[in-house]
Amino acid sequence: MANIRAALENRILIIDGAMGTMIQRYKLTEEDYRGERFKSWPCDVKGNNDLLCITKPEIIIEIHKQYLDAGADIIETNTFSSTSIAMADYQMQSLAYELNVAAATCAVKARDLYYAENPDSKINNPKFVAGSIGPLNKTLSLSPDVNNPSFRAVTFDEVVAAYYEQIKGLSDGGADVLLIETIFDTLNAKAAIFAIKKYFRDHPDKTELPIMISGTITDASGRTLSGQTLEAFYNSVIHARPISIGLNCALGAKEMRPHIEELSQIAACYVSAYPNAGLPNAMGEYDEQPEDTAHYLEDWAKEGWVNIVGGCCGTTPDHIKHIAEEVKNINPRKPPVIDKELTTI
Amino acid sequence: MSTIKPYLRLSGLEPLTIRPETNFVNVGERTNVTGSKKFARLIRENKYEEALSVARQQVENGAQVLDVNMDDALLDGVQAMTTFLNLLQSEPDIAKIPVMIDSSKFEIIEAGLKCVQGKCIVNSISMKEGEKKFIEQAIICQSYGAAIIVMAFDETGQADTKERKIEICHRAYKILTEQVGYDPQDIIFDPNIFALATGMEEHNNYGVDFIEATREIKRLMPLTKVSGGVSNLSFSFRGNDHVREAMHAVFLFHAIKAGMDMGIVNAGQLVVYDEIEPQLRELCEDVILNRNNDINEATDKLIVFAETVKAKGKETVKDESWRNATVEERLKHSLVNGITDYIDADTEEARLKYPKPLEVIEGPLMDGMNVVGDLFGAGKMFLPQVVKSARVMKKSVAWLTPFIEEEKKNNPDIDEAAAPKVLLATVKGDVHDIGKNIVGVVLACNGYNIVDLGVMVPVDKILDTAEKEKADIIGLSGLITPSLDEMVHVAHEMKRRNMQQPLLIGGATTSRIHTAVKIAPQYENGVVHILDASRSVTAVSTLVGKEKNTLLEKTKVDYEKLRQQFLNKNKKELVPYAQAIASKEKIDWDNYQPVKPNVMGTKVLQEYDLSEIARYIDWGPFFIAWEMHGKFPQILTDKLLGAEATRLYNDAQQMIEKIIAEKWFTAEAVIGFWQAKSNNADSIFLQTDKGEVRLESLRQQLKKAAGQPNFSLADFVVPEGQGAYVDYMGAFAVTIKGAKDKINEFAKALDDYNKILVQVLADRFVEAFAECLHEKVRKEYWGYEKNESLSNEQLIGEEYKGIRPAPGYPACPDHTEKWKLFDLLNATEEIGIVLTESLAMDPPASICGWYFAHPQSHYFGLGKIDRDQLEDYAKRKGMSIDDAERWLRPVLE
Repeated sequence: MANIRAALENRILIIDGAMGTMIQRYKLTEEDYRGERFKSWPCDVKGNNDLLCITKPEIIIEIHKQYLDAGADIIETNTFSSTSIAMADYQMQSLAYELNVAAATCAVKARDLYYAENPDSKINNPKFVAGSIGPLNKTLSLSPDVNNPSFRAVTFDEVVAAYYEQIKGLSDGGADVLLIETIFDTLNAKAAIFAIKKYFRDHPDKTELPIMISGTITDASGRTLSGQTLEAFYNSVIHARPISIGLNCALGAKEMRPHIEELSQIAACYVSAYPNAGLPNAMGEYDEQPEDTAHYLEDWAKEGWVNIVGGCCGTTPDHIKHIAEEVKNINPRKPPVIDKELTTI
Repeated sequence: MSTIKPYLRLSGLEPLTIRPETNFVNVGERTNVTGSKKFARLIRENKYEEALSVARQQVENGAQVLDVNMDDALLDGVQAMTTFLNLLQSEPDIAKIPVMIDSSKFEIIEAGLKCVQGKCIVNSISMKEGEKKFIEQAIICQSYGAAIIVMAFDETGQADTKERKIEICHRAYKILTEQVGYDPQDIIFDPNIFALATGMEEHNNYGVDFIEATREIKRLMPLTKVSGGVSNLSFSFRGNDHVREAMHAVFLFHAIKAGMDMGIVNAGQLVVYDEIEPQLRELCEDVILNRNNDINEATDKLIVFAETVKAKGKETVKDESWRNATVEERLKHSLVNGITDYIDADTEEARLKYPKPLEVIEGPLMDGMNVVGDLFGAGKMFLPQVVKSARVMKKSVAWLTPFIEEEKKNNPDIDEAAAPKVLLATVKGDVHDIGKNIVGVVLACNGYNIVDLGVMVPVDKILDTAEKEKADIIGLSGLITPSLDEMVHVAHEMKRRNMQQPLLIGGATTSRIHTAVKIAPQYENGVVHILDASRSVTAVSTLVGKEKNTLLEKTKVDYEKLRQQFLNKNKKELVPYAQAIASKEKIDWDNYQPVKPNVMGTKVLQEYDLSEIARYIDWGPFFIAWEMHGKFPQILTDKLLGAEATRLYNDAQQMIEKIIAEKWFTAEAVIGFWQAKSNNADSIFLQTDKGEVRLESLRQQLKKAAGQPNFSLADFVVPEGQGAYVDYMGAFAVTIKGAKDKINEFAKALDDYNKILVQVLADRFVEAFAECLHEKVRKEYWGYEKNESLSNEQLIGEEYKGIRPAPGYPACPDHTEKWKLFDLLNATEEIGIVLTESLAMDPPASICGWYFAHPQSHYFGLGKIDRDQLEDYAKRKGMSIDDAERWLRPVLE
């Protein structure tokens, strides 16, 4: 397997854009989602995008391939909600492991197709499959019951168990790196980190996959949904010893700028940023043009703040193509020197 | 490139970074069922909401970390810990600080870790049940990302002696760092604070054991932290808070000096070391340090004292004699001790005494706050106490405010609506704001409208507020060094947002030069460094008045000069190296008759006359070193600085007398002269008795106006073709020895003032020596200017002929030419100056350089050079490009 660390030393890597936006273009029906296998599933499954890895893998592979063609170096598995906890919405808890294996397989297949068309890329410009670990629809730091602030809808142990299963699936399916993303409750992310560490302790035969961490600042206060400042968030997750830490989602590039700048100053590892295509308009659609998003990210790259850039909600292969084009000749951020000793000031 | 320091970085909703300069971290102890009866009762009765108020109180009293302990036989510890911590997360005021999860049962600790999103501290694990269990627990803590307190406890028991404490901690450290892979900065040791004055003689050394073990632990494992539960210490005096608090304060004073970083304390109940009545303090000191304590003598004395306090009852515990002092003294006492009981009455009394209410603030209140600032700076007061002092200050100001308002009404000159607005903030990442608060108070008292955003303020909040509030001026403050970068960032953002208001920079770590070089270039609409609070009033009044542009222009010019001087920053276009050589300086060689030096080869000057050197001292830089800016000798009569400058100058003169009379310093020098020629480019050849030595210089490569040459030192030596070796060149190295001994002597005597004084004077002496020697060279050793007669002012103004540029300085920034210079002069053997690996000279008061004699030779700054010259230079020097790049980085684009 090609080494993502080596690639990060040399250039800014491009991470792909939105999956949901692309799936919408196929205008799939309930029947499409169900396929043969889930024909008589007891509840509606339309909208369960992760399920398509099993029922319509050719579509997922095609989308991954479009992003690779657009210049993405890292493609994310379609597993944002592939945990037993999130799948409960579709009564598909038992499918969690299978979904993750299928999704990683789709991404690996898309990469094989790409390598077949671009044989040099395998050596000169290797592509990476990031196993996407989403935030869950239940949070560990916040109470869903306003009258009982100490209540929690889920326990830490349950979250660890769900993530553990997802990690096993992603690892078995062939992911190169694990990406804990869209973190709005740091404690959920800590459970994911805990699960990763535990999984690889339990499986000493497996090579421990590198971890990428990407948090979400939800509003102008500069805090996560669970109330932490960016630096507090950083301090809370850095024990994962990730290869990169960054921000994604919620904000457009314009609003994300000061936070990425701050992160680039405090982060001891590589820095990633993949914002939404601006803020949604009145119709809830993202209408920031590819060249606009790309210009923002080019500015950050020139400032020397980033190592990995790409897009989140609303971004398309066209956005990724523009981003890749704009940053290709810009040097990546040099991670800071880590002092091993205290020097008096 | 930036660096990340190995600090302990904790977090709640907000980060808490523990840096070497962090004085002491208070861990709030009251949310502990074993220590607080009230808290235990509330938890047992399931009154969690009310129990939260105990936590809130700790935070308000200055706790920086919250210790939570649910170890009670009557409680389900796992359930209690979970419920309480979950509830805590919903209270941002409390959840902002990190949590210390405290239990002797690991399952309770783990339950706690499952509830907190921030980076916690686990209190504690140990090797009590063997290494295997210890490692297992450490791995679990690590997976949660927690820092850990390791108790000095092993299979054989709890460590009581210094040696055992160190041995156990060191063993645990090796296991954690080598086997588990724990980051050393995430390890905190608790070397066990035990009760003193128990009557058992074998307990008497427990305080010393802890303090000395702490010192050694921090020496052996400098990244780790030391913590402890302080209340244990005074367990023998339960019920006598007066004595207990005094013991805690005295113990902390000594333990912190030894390296203790944090302690579990009652954040609301710390007394100030300096404010403990001397008799009690002395007794505590004896007991804690185990002095005068044969056969429990000191212990008995403290017990007797404690009984008298007890016997007199609670009333007499409070020493009220301070109430008899003057109102100014009483205000000061209240401020320093954080007493609000009498503040309204005392403020009122002062208001009636002083002509204007403002003068109460400017006078007695500011005096009191200054004392607080000094004590805090000296480590004799802690954060919670300072918070209390500020509270007293606020109360007093609040009492005065209506009177000030009233006066404003009667005085149309101070119109509230038109009052200029000053926004103040301590920048993100910094919590120090005493200076900023003082500035705020001083400015407010002078009629300005202050918007104080407090501490740790992110840039967006500062600038958004400035825009919203239409602030006329923004003032930033900071005390620790990383704040400097943040200030640069704020300036940068102000420019990006196209803001207009001037930016003031202040705080202990800031400086005019940093402001000039790093901050001012980021923002065009005015950046001014403010040295101290007293200067803020003049600066602000000018900046909101008619003279604003004049001041900003003048500051801009000053800063530009500083920048040029210190950075040689030049962004102009570069020309190809060959073209730069072609435009070398045209020196009039035809009418120049080189003078043969009277000394050829080297000459050593030992024990040079110090009194002669002293006459050449340049006092300007002396005062700058003391952060007193002004021209000499005008500074001595300066309105503001005159008195202090004169005092300093007199002290310096007295010390110089001693330096000379008692021969504190030895001045030594070696000089040398050789035949020389240049090669029409940038090499100079010296003919020495060891053969030809080739010196390399660098040439300016900036694109200059037509006809303006690109300078190089090589231009000042007769080039080949004019006849081989018709010219000469010289070199020198001078040093002042003996300063180090004196510096150590003063340091030992804790006399910082004289320590710095002697250090600054050593620097002045060596500069003066170089000046003095240069004159001797011109007149005598080389002798090309035998009839020169210049005053010291003219010498300082460099009015003489010829120059003495130093390798590593603007004209010849490559330090590595020092190797050649030292070889030529044999400087290390002759006068004992040693070059460090980065080519600094030791002793630090040393100077070396080249002598050029041609009347057209002059100093210049090299500026930036291009790649082509770098490559040529590396080739000439026989260096790799990488090496050359490393040494020349400051002059490369």
